[in-house]
Amino acid sequence: METKLRYDLAAEPRPSAPPAGAPERALRVHPSSERNPGIPLDLDVIRALRVNRSAVERRAATIPTRRTVKKEWQAAWLLRAITCIDLTTLQGDDTPTNVLRLCAKAQHPVRNDILEALGATELGIRVGAVCLYHAFVPLAVEALAGSGIPVAAVSTGFPAGLNPLPQRIEEIRASVAAGASEIDVVITRAHALAGDWEALHDEVRAFRDTCGGAHMKVILGTGDLATLVNVARASMVAMMAGADFIKTSTGKETVNATLPVGVVMTRMIREYHERTGYAVGFKPAGGIRAAKTALQWQVLMKEELGDRWLRADLFRIGASSLLTDIERQLEHFVTGRYSAAHRHPMV
Amino acid sequence: MTTVSEIFETMAYGPAPESDKQALDWIAKHGGQLGLFIGGRWTNGTGSERLDVINPATAAHLARVTQAGAADVDAAVVAARKAFPAWSGLSGHARARYLYALAREVQKHARLLAVLESLDNGKSIRETRDLDIPLVARHFYHHAGWAQLLESEFAGYRPVGVVGQIIPWNFPLLMMAWKVAPALAAGSTVVLKPAEFTPLTALCLAEIAHHAGLPAGVLNVVTGDGRTGELIVKHAGVDKIAFTGSTEVGRIIRKATAGSGKKLSLELGGKSPFIVFDDADLDSVVEGAVDAIWFNQGQVCCAGSRLLVHEGVAEPLITKLRARMEKLRVGPPLDKAIDMGAIVAPVQLERIRQLVSQGVEENATMWQPTWACPTEGYFYPPTLFTNVSPAATIAQVEIFGPVLVSMTFRTPAEAVELANNTPYGLAASVWTENINLALDVAPKLKAGVVWINCTNLFDAASGFGGYRESGFGREGGREGMWEYVKPTRETGGGSRETRTAAKGRERKRLPAPASRLPPMNRTYKMFIGGKQARPDAPYARQIVGPDGTPLGEVGEGNRKDIRDAVEAAHAGAAWAHTSGHSRGQIIYYIAENLSLRTGEFAASIAAMTGRSDDDARREVDASIARLFTYAAWADKYDGAVHHTPIRGVTLAMNEAMGVLGIACPEEYPLLGFVSLVAPAIATGNAVVAIPSEAHPLAATELYTVLDASDVPSGVINIVTGAKDALIKVLAEHDDVDAVWYFGNKAAGAEVERASAGNMKRTWVEWHPRDWLDARQGEGREFLREATQVKNIWIPYGE
Repeated sequence: METKLRYDLAAEPRPSAPPAGAPERALRVHPSSERNPGIPLDLDVIRALRVNRSAVERRAATIPTRRTVKKEWQAAWLLRAITCIDLTTLQGDDTPTNVLRLCAKAQHPVRNDILEALGATELGIRVGAVCLYHAFVPLAVEALAGSGIPVAAVSTGFPAGLNPLPQRIEEIRASVAAGASEIDVVITRAHALAGDWEALHDEVRAFRDTCGGAHMKVILGTGDLATLVNVARASMVAMMAGADFIKTSTGKETVNATLPVGVVMTRMIREYHERTGYAVGFKPAGGIRAAKTALQWQVLMKEELGDRWLRADLFRIGASSLLTDIERQLEHFVTGRYSAAHRHPMV
Repeated sequence: MTTVSEIFETMAYGPAPESDKQALDWIAKHGGQLGLFIGGRWTNGTGSERLDVINPATAAHLARVTQAGAADVDAAVVAARKAFPAWSGLSGHARARYLYALAREVQKHARLLAVLESLDNGKSIRETRDLDIPLVARHFYHHAGWAQLLESEFAGYRPVGVVGQIIPWNFPLLMMAWKVAPALAAGSTVVLKPAEFTPLTALCLAEIAHHAGLPAGVLNVVTGDGRTGELIVKHAGVDKIAFTGSTEVGRIIRKATAGSGKKLSLELGGKSPFIVFDDADLDSVVEGAVDAIWFNQGQVCCAGSRLLVHEGVAEPLITKLRARMEKLRVGPPLDKAIDMGAIVAPVQLERIRQLVSQGVEENATMWQPTWACPTEGYFYPPTLFTNVSPAATIAQVEIFGPVLVSMTFRTPAEAVELANNTPYGLAASVWTENINLALDVAPKLKAGVVWINCTNLFDAASGFGGYRESGFGREGGREGMWEYVKPTRETGGGSRETRTAAKGRERKRLPAPASRLPPMNRTYKMFIGGKQARPDAPYARQIVGPDGTPLGEVGEGNRKDIRDAVEAAHAGAAWAHTSGHSRGQIIYYIAENLSLRTGEFAASIAAMTGRSDDDARREVDASIARLFTYAAWADKYDGAVHHTPIRGVTLAMNEAMGVLGIACPEEYPLLGFVSLVAPAIATGNAVVAIPSEAHPLAATELYTVLDASDVPSGVINIVTGAKDALIKVLAEHDDVDAVWYFGNKAAGAEVERASAGNMKRTWVEWHPRDWLDARQGEGREFLREATQVKNIWIPYGE
């Protein structure tokens, strides 16, 4: 005697909904596809930023409880999540063998029979990028040739970012020359901790100028930044300095991507977008291993930023083992049986 | 059929329904018809009237419940009375075991209760699952602790007896827990009536509790509409009424219980301010507003329904709010991905609609999201009004729906003024990153709960309850336990009249005239605003000794004198902000100056009462000692920091009531006055005191002592005359915050009835006390009556 719920009338914002914003703001909006060129550092804006940690944590705590997706919706969202993964290996024992395996998996992230059962074979599911140390860039570029999957290189003295600046600049130049089309740079955390926003802006600006056509993701190392206000300010400075993406972590800090940090960074992206019209992307990285966690980050993006930020041009998840868990969940949806990791080709 | 590849493109949310099967099975198990739970078992009720329970999300019939009539309420009260001796006779530890079992049972049946609550009320399963039910369990755990600690922490107090509890439909099970847990912990037994719209979870929990072994009769649940509630309120066998609901009904209950001796706690309506300063984290403010007014569809007594925002950030905040509202999802309450469910009933939906259209008519700007609500069931979209003036209807009345009205302010002082510009005083929310500002504003807000940079946080360890017309009494924490205990001393006994008469027979001996000259004519005025004042109408009242000897005349105070005294008391309100040390110093000084005139006061007391000189001197000495007691307390009646589960502090501050009217007992003309006025001023109140009507001279002589003791003007005002008539004027005065009356039962009832006007706090006694006995005549009981607890939640962390 279970009651059938009716959903046809449930509230989903109409696609035609006008953007909620003051008209004068709309005038300043740039064409959506335009890349963020950065703006001059505005210290008044930086210093006026306020973050209430307890309130942010309460918001973050309800991201997973206010929204959920089930069945077809969950499967579709997980497929979308795959397309946003920066499939990553950043280990000391990386060798060409496992890097090539990663590249192969990037192009065929889900078993064909599962995609067929989902009716998703035409969707061209592949990951957002592969993310590696500079040494493997040429190998990956070759392995991924023709796939359209970009190669991202971590750079600028990753993970601590404490090498001499000329060396860090040179590192970017070398990776771009080797064919990396995305560069994940790390900031000098000391600048943020000291509140030296000019120095941070100069540094990131220099990285951006060196990246040229390559897209730049700025890793803030939020686990090192001590406070959420620092996260907010570093986010805003990085965007003012021309970041294409802001990214939470290297994956090497003791605390990596957390939802409260995500709430703060996405709000800064929204703020920057409202101020300048430029849409900057977001990449949480580190510790995202479960399909359920990926869905929570997607909900965060949809709720705080909107549907436009759910696609790979503005959203990436830095992960490696996450993909296997997503495959297991997709197989479970298809078969109704819980799946095992060994049933899916390893990363 | 929506396909995976379509959703892959749209990235829309889909349905995520929670099953209602087990909850519907529970109803079906009862044949779709629920009786009354009395004496540990289901009964059919004596009448034939039934009420339909409707699922507000679908308008579908859920169940039928019983309209309890007089015989049923009788049976429930009898069952509770029968269970009381054994239940109250249990050790605290034994009751703690039962409450612990209740907490565990709530957790074990958490999902059944959450789904049933959602079906019955229309609120989202997210809220019942994540907030209501966990808070219910928490409340029973916390009060298992109070049961365990009762004998040591509430020594000298006894359970109140049989408690009648009437709860609303907005948090059915949570309100039941708030009522039942402290009552049972204290050793009382309960007759509870859930709201007629939402009776199911109360019945379900009663059943669960008895399966878990709760003794029969300890917890009885009767269902029905307001008529059943009225039967409980008026039932002679009920010792206390606890009510949560509208101020309108609270007022009726206050009047109905006046003079009955029933203890009363009321948690009523609100129009709580949500204050945003220009240095707040505005994105977090927006989420705070979601939690404030779009929580439980805004059907929350403490909902932050008045957005007061600094004009410098009003525009960006409103823009952000609208964008956020656009993203709220209203839909089937059992869907796990919606923000707001259904309004409880068509009558409530109609009220919201009517008030919103009135807001539009009164030229406020209404904004609602572009999406549409479900048309099946009773839904209403989140609504925001701007361009609202404080005079607008929607700015004043409690809408009890998802409707936020916003106003701007220029300065912190204006924010406080706007916030307090309401008869209510339940809760307030303050948003600023400046701790100096936050902690400056919080004590100035007339509200029982203040949330700093947060809103709608609740916990069993923290007291919840209102100021002003939002009711009185607290639920939760130590302060909540006081509502369910009484001093063991208070056991009835002889009436004040007989006792006073007995005193009159004691003797006597008038002071011999000191000389052959005619006695000096004494002028006793009233004392208002620090000045000796003639009565408004110059009539005099003759005061005579027990043998009829004229002793002097006092002014015959009237309503205008009371009016003036209340104005003067308000002018003296800064007293509340002086330090405890300063207040203590002044009270010590009163004692010192009184001691210099011991002989004179003793003679006056002896002359008025006919008591012996020694006896009169004892009264003066006791008065001096009592002043020392409250001088001592002035800097020691500390608040508390409650252990609530946040990273932060919850400060329970004891705040003065404000302006306090006091009618002093007839016996002990000086000691009675001092025993009541001293605790009132020690805690920061300004007082309008009416001394003993028969023997007022001790008080009128005292004002010269007050004058000499640096008591600031307006802190103590004395109006002489017909005590019962004057206290009634005070009880009816809407700018008086509390009245105390020590006298006869009839006038006491009148005071309680009249207090309903502004729901002022009352303390009325017609049983005599032995004022000379410090155990009865002074102490924390007096300080508690002189204050109310404000809980300030301050989360922290950078």
